[in-house]
Amino acid sequence: MQAIGLHAVDWFIILFYFAFIIGMGFYLKRYTKSEEDFFLAGRRNSAWVAALAFLSANMGALELLGMTGNTYKYGMYIAHFYWIGAIPAMLFLGIYMMPFYYSSRIKSVPGYLKLRFDEKTRVLNGISFAIMTLLVSGINLYAMALVLHTFLGWNWDVSMWASAITVAAYVTLSGLMSAIFTEIIQFFLIWFGLFLVSVLGIVEIGSVGEIMHRVPEAFSKLWSTSGSSAANGMMVTWGGIVLGLGFVLSFGYWTTDFLVVQRAFSAKNLRSARMTPIIASFFKVAVPFIVVVAGLIALVLAKDSNSGFALMRDGGKLNYDSALPMLIARYFPRGLIGLGITALLAGFMAGQAGNISAFNTVWTYDIYQSVINKKASPKHLLWMGRMATIVGIVFSVATAYWAKSMPTIMDYMQAIFSWVNAPLFATMLLGMFVKWITPNGAFWGLISGMGSSFALYLAVKFEWIQAGLLTLSKGPASDMAVNFWRAWWAWLICFTVTIVVSLFTKKRPEAELVGLVKGLTPKTVGEHIPWFKQPAFFAVLALIVLVLLNVYFW
Amino acid sequence: MPEEGKNAMADNVKKMKPIWFFVGLVLLVMGAVITATGLYDLLAGVESKTVLARLHPSVWWGGLMVVAGLIFVLANRNSTVD
Repeated sequence: MQAIGLHAVDWFIILFYFAFIIGMGFYLKRYTKSEEDFFLAGRRNSAWVAALAFLSANMGALELLGMTGNTYKYGMYIAHFYWIGAIPAMLFLGIYMMPFYYSSRIKSVPGYLKLRFDEKTRVLNGISFAIMTLLVSGINLYAMALVLHTFLGWNWDVSMWASAITVAAYVTLSGLMSAIFTEIIQFFLIWFGLFLVSVLGIVEIGSVGEIMHRVPEAFSKLWSTSGSSAANGMMVTWGGIVLGLGFVLSFGYWTTDFLVVQRAFSAKNLRSARMTPIIASFFKVAVPFIVVVAGLIALVLAKDSNSGFALMRDGGKLNYDSALPMLIARYFPRGLIGLGITALLAGFMAGQAGNISAFNTVWTYDIYQSVINKKASPKHLLWMGRMATIVGIVFSVATAYWAKSMPTIMDYMQAIFSWVNAPLFATMLLGMFVKWITPNGAFWGLISGMGSSFALYLAVKFEWIQAGLLTLSKGPASDMAVNFWRAWWAWLICFTVTIVVSLFTKKRPEAELVGLVKGLTPKTVGEHIPWFKQPAFFAVLALIVLVLLNVYFW
Repeated sequence: MPEEGKNAMADNVKKMKPIWFFVGLVLLVMGAVITATGLYDLLAGVESKTVLARLHPSVWWGGLMVVAGLIFVLANRNSTVD
């Protein structure tokens, strides 16, 4: 396999980026005086800063590579992850959930569970989130080193340690503030570094219409082939897309995953916090213009025997993740290659920093202060946050080496998100909108949802049950379709158990739930703001864009 | 915290440059390097093996980054975060 070669100017751009972000860490340390500065970036960010960080925390390099490769494999269905699989949930967070999150002045999502329910539910979610975050962080580190080794021929250990130490340095110095700064720089680098691939691909092939004309029809449609799982490349029906991806996985991730929600908590006031996911939704809608367009360009070129374009192969199998790097190598001369690689590196490291900054907050407040040292001073908590950053990075590196020695654990990791986030969304939804849900109902609902998700994963993997039982389909089902449906069942089980247990257990007095539950909270949001400046107005605009895109590519 | 300590911290916070200034710096430096490389290759007749090399993407894309970087830097050169 031929690695992509770099020139001196490319190395200059890459090293400049490393030096710049470490310099940012030292610069921002001067402004990181208190625990709120470290864990919540001082709660002084504008809606635009928080919004770009909110989006970038999710837009890691692995996702960009993976989704471009998946578009090559499945076609336009991948746009569902960015449109129906993100936008409604982001708008729901901004309009309905953020007032409860932000107004209660919590420092983390598990912190809300403590206020609404009790300590045991908070600790359960805190521990599961911390474990998930470190495992994901380690797997990302492993995957990053693998990508750099495969495509650039870089030494596995050197690339992993260099990025881990860089992230540890700037997050330890200035916490969430530096994580947010690097995420925003990453946002611009990704657009400037990777959008050019789509531009040049369209120029080479002729037009967007020509690209759509040259891919199979099922690859250029969003919904018209979703009636049967056999009619589309992803082997999923519209039910799986709407219930599994559009509802449970999407809402579970965008409304409850502290990694992204933490960025909105850093906003300077409630209106900015509500606008955070709404502004981000407009940029999220645009991401397919990088990944989906690039994936389709790669597919068109690979099918054209005169183009000289092909994906890399690993042991005879197509390496779909190579689609984007191969396009970079095809179009980018020296200098631009350095920019493209820096954009990917920035995505890797910002994703790493996002995981670590979310971990250090949840560890410090929801595990350490909640269980181990209830009387810790603010100064001690700030110190603990810095230590948690270093320990978190060490655990991530250890997980990365574990993954390297046992690559099959990657399969198990795919299921992590639906273990934690899918059931948590049911708990949050009921907690915020139904006042008679009890602490014991929430706790046992979460346990049941997480347990059932894990059990269903093992049952399908070891063929104790047929995948079709989960997907309600007699046709074939891809791993992705099974993931969508498993998330739905885990959500439904958590939702049902929470309600049933709540009917028979002790409720909290309503006076304790004011400000935490709809119906017990006076409406004070945006009363004096004109309608065209209201978050709801911008949310409607985002929804209109979403509907138009779905209809256009129906 | 003593009052003068709080004031000193407030002064520090006021002096912090907004993120947009740093975004501009990164785009400006990287864009300048990419444009300069593209111009050198164009003028010196360095042959690139990439597809569409005749469009000289380094020159105009790097130039676009320089313009964007300059806008961010100039618009925020006197700004501070409250």
